[in-house]
Amino acid sequence: MANAKPRVLPLAKRGLNFEMFMWLFTRLSALAMYGLILLAVIGALVMGARQQMSFADILRWGFMPNANHVQSTNVPELEPWATPFWAVTASLLLLLAVAHGVHGLVVIADDYITSERGRLIVRWLSIAMMISMSLMGLYLLWQDFLFPAG
Amino acid sequence: MGLKRNVPLATGLRYQGKSPQLTFVLHRIGGLGMAIFVTMHLLASFFGGDIGAFLNNIYENWLFQIFIFFCALFHAINGLRITILDLWPKLLEHQQEAIWVEWAVFIPIFGIAAFVILQSALGG
Repeated sequence: MANAKPRVLPLAKRGLNFEMFMWLFTRLSALAMYGLILLAVIGALVMGARQQMSFADILRWGFMPNANHVQSTNVPELEPWATPFWAVTASLLLLLAVAHGVHGLVVIADDYITSERGRLIVRWLSIAMMISMSLMGLYLLWQDFLFPAG
Repeated sequence: MGLKRNVPLATGLRYQGKSPQLTFVLHRIGGLGMAIFVTMHLLASFFGGDIGAFLNNIYENWLFQIFIFFCALFHAINGLRITILDLWPKLLEHQQEAIWVEWAVFIPIFGIAAFVILQSALGG
């Protein structure tokens, strides 16, 4: 394998169809999510340092920087955590994660469902799942800003 | 399309893919694990109620935290290897070394995390 030379075609020769676009999106969204999670972990370290926030709580915030994730911890007040900045960060993370994850489920399903009709059904289901998950997640992230009383 | 592979499960399990196949399988388990539980967690938070509270409490359990941290950490580190090698295909020659580096990063981080989670769970 040491002598095998990888064949690299320029994008113009390869063509950019939807599958190729999603292949690239999967990798680029992964890179973007590393950045967002790193930002959230650094934020948790800064905001939670004085309360000696535990490792598990920092990671829970890192996976999704939503104020509800630190509600039951030893953080005394939620104000610095429940800001629009973190809601925007969490929204970006949510949308990228849902698109990345749903496409991953389609890739897995394609390994087992090989009929043309089955794959079409998988695609429609995946679109429905992606839209509903994104909308429900956005509602959960922004409900405290949109409906402060409830 | 309509591919027909005709490979029974037993043959598939006997496939000797070695470490690259192990990372493939673990990447898939990690991705599926996260997708299933994030979906359940999101639905539980959205619809609430007793079932929602029950499902969300699973997330606070230390056993589950160790499992989901395995899923997330392995998927993230292995995904970084895939991303780097795919975006710079010339590096694909060093895939085996990349997998060693991956385990060298994964094992200490996961070990320390599992130890800390266990310590706070069992030590009170």
